[in-house]
Amino acid sequence: MSILLDEKTRVIVQGFTGDKGTFHAKEMIAYGTNVVGGVTPGKGGTTHLGRPVFDTAKEAVANTGAVASLILVPAPFCADAIMEAADAGIRLVVTITDGVPAQDMMTVKRYLWRYAKERRTTLIGPNCAGVISAGRAMMGIMPGHIYARGPVGVVTRSGTLGYEAASQMQALGIGVTTSVGIGGDPINGSSFVDMLALFEQDPETEAVMMIGEIGGPQEADAALFVKEHMTKPVIGYVAGLTAPKGRRMGHAGAIISAFGDTAAEKAEIMRSAGLVVAPSPAALGTAVAEALAHRASRRVVVQR
Amino acid sequence: MDIHEYQAKELLAGFGVPVPRGGVAYSADQAVYRATEIGGSRWVVKAQIHSGARGKAGGIKLCDSDLEVRQAAKELLGKTLVTSQTGLEGLPVHRLLVEEAVPIERELYVGLVLDRRHERIVVVAHPHGGMEIEEIAQREPAAILREVVEPAVGMRAFQARELAFGLGLGPAQVSQAVTIILGAYGAFRDLDATMVEINPLVVTQDRRALALDVKMSFDDNAMFRRPNVAELRDSAQEDPREAEAAQHGLNYVALDGDIGCIINGAGLAMATMDMIKHAGGEPANFLDIGGGAGPDRVAAAFRLVLSDKSVKAILVNVFAGINRCDWVAQGVIQAVREVQVPVSLVVRLAGTNVEEGRRILKESGLEIVTADTLAEAAARVVAARDAARAEVA
Repeated sequence: MSILLDEKTRVIVQGFTGDKGTFHAKEMIAYGTNVVGGVTPGKGGTTHLGRPVFDTAKEAVANTGAVASLILVPAPFCADAIMEAADAGIRLVVTITDGVPAQDMMTVKRYLWRYAKERRTTLIGPNCAGVISAGRAMMGIMPGHIYARGPVGVVTRSGTLGYEAASQMQALGIGVTTSVGIGGDPINGSSFVDMLALFEQDPETEAVMMIGEIGGPQEADAALFVKEHMTKPVIGYVAGLTAPKGRRMGHAGAIISAFGDTAAEKAEIMRSAGLVVAPSPAALGTAVAEALAHRASRRVVVQR
Repeated sequence: MDIHEYQAKELLAGFGVPVPRGGVAYSADQAVYRATEIGGSRWVVKAQIHSGARGKAGGIKLCDSDLEVRQAAKELLGKTLVTSQTGLEGLPVHRLLVEEAVPIERELYVGLVLDRRHERIVVVAHPHGGMEIEEIAQREPAAILREVVEPAVGMRAFQARELAFGLGLGPAQVSQAVTIILGAYGAFRDLDATMVEINPLVVTQDRRALALDVKMSFDDNAMFRRPNVAELRDSAQEDPREAEAAQHGLNYVALDGDIGCIINGAGLAMATMDMIKHAGGEPANFLDIGGGAGPDRVAAAFRLVLSDKSVKAILVNVFAGINRCDWVAQGVIQAVREVQVPVSLVVRLAGTNVEEGRRILKESGLEIVTADTLAEAAARVVAARDAARAEVA
């Protein structure tokens, strides 16, 4: 098992025939992803990478039975593409594009809520590396070979820091069920909490690594969720202990931001919620190894 | 992106928000001309920098004659103002706003901001405007009035009314305040702002509500569709290196340390800086070269990092996903040959085609220290920095 995505998931690519769409669709197909077609308005009826191209997401869904879409369209058109996918009935949208205006994301999230929960689209991103279920399928831009198959779920804001975690784990022989990049934008499709809830339900995932950054309330919310709802161990890390305090204008930002915006505060909130916090970014792999070993020893005790 | 007070007031006035009469001045002569144009006998000369808290830093002067306006303008223009929001280096004053002095009865606070928790625009307000608003928010957060705006319908008049009555305004001022709040919201939404702050919103002695001071910040990602806002950028208010970086698609922030950093991805960049600190070093900068960085961008990154003369060693840490390590290695070599790097260089590559990348670095004949892991990279760059320090001593 894995979350969100496996080798059977029927995937389309929006922005299929562009340079980026072509490059990453090839990589995804090579990894084993079931790419069934793509969307480029005006190019419907043609074939690209041996797959059919459609003018609209609705047509693509009707003809291919696609349930997931990778979006690689330029930022000005990104919000529209996400809403088109949602309206077409796509269940999982992964948006790699960066530079999407914040108010566009506000509108997108409001739009997604118009659907009942049973058919609501899960949005990952924007400005993220995507989703990979190790050894099964990939919707994203990550280097697939650094993900060994194994028992750990990974959820991270940063793409490259997620790679760092996966490769440290691989060096210790620890693999991944699914790794999700939720993206670094102020408003993103899915939060840490959304992904933690899926990992908690996934029978193959035994522990979760969660990699946060400075800014925003999501890490603190996630820590609280772990404390109240997770039975699986969660290993945390927050980048940016040495990050500079930015120059700022006015007071409004400070008024709405509560305790828990800095890396040190977030790490402290995680610790007090019972997470194992990696002492340094070079210790992401070893922290996971220790948590897994601890879990294994505890299971032995329980069995006795 | 931030803009000046006088620009923000012009924008808000376009959305029906009343502001004091005034105009911008670039010289003492112009300031006097502005005062004459406005008329009256009392003016405020305000330094235009991208920061609040200017009053306490001496950036706002009350004047009772032409002579005083000239004097104030002369004093402020060309000065560097250091406020509690600028950082120690301060910001230069090249423009002034000359305004009529308004007799004030009450000062209130109104701010609009993109709230990451609600993922909505939130309007916050408090009956006491001015500098102490942050302390008030910390001490008694319940005293801050809040309205969350539903994006599908926008801000409604009743929400603005609730705020206006909550601020304790009388019936006559409530409708004026509603106009101001709805106007500020309109500007926020239509111009892709991330922050609009009216502090203070004043009630004058003749019972008018006015936006006495205004700050606005904008979403850089949306500037492609707001050319009329984008052109208000004042690069004199930005760190020249940060502005230079932005031109090359790089994200650079100068810091106090002596180890230069060139890294792909903001998260990995922050983590690498944390690791340098963990190993006993101090990063000289944050620099994210982004995905798919070619030789030109890498060369620009080296030039930026080296423009900081306190840099004694450089760490390049690239985890290649989209771009391959062999390509990154070639970029580094080309950049080093082109830029002439006079300090020790540690390069850590990981990801796609890493063996090929390491081989290219090794065979380049350049003096490059390589590292396989993040921990090794940090330890080696700190050692290189220590060696450089010892040499100087």
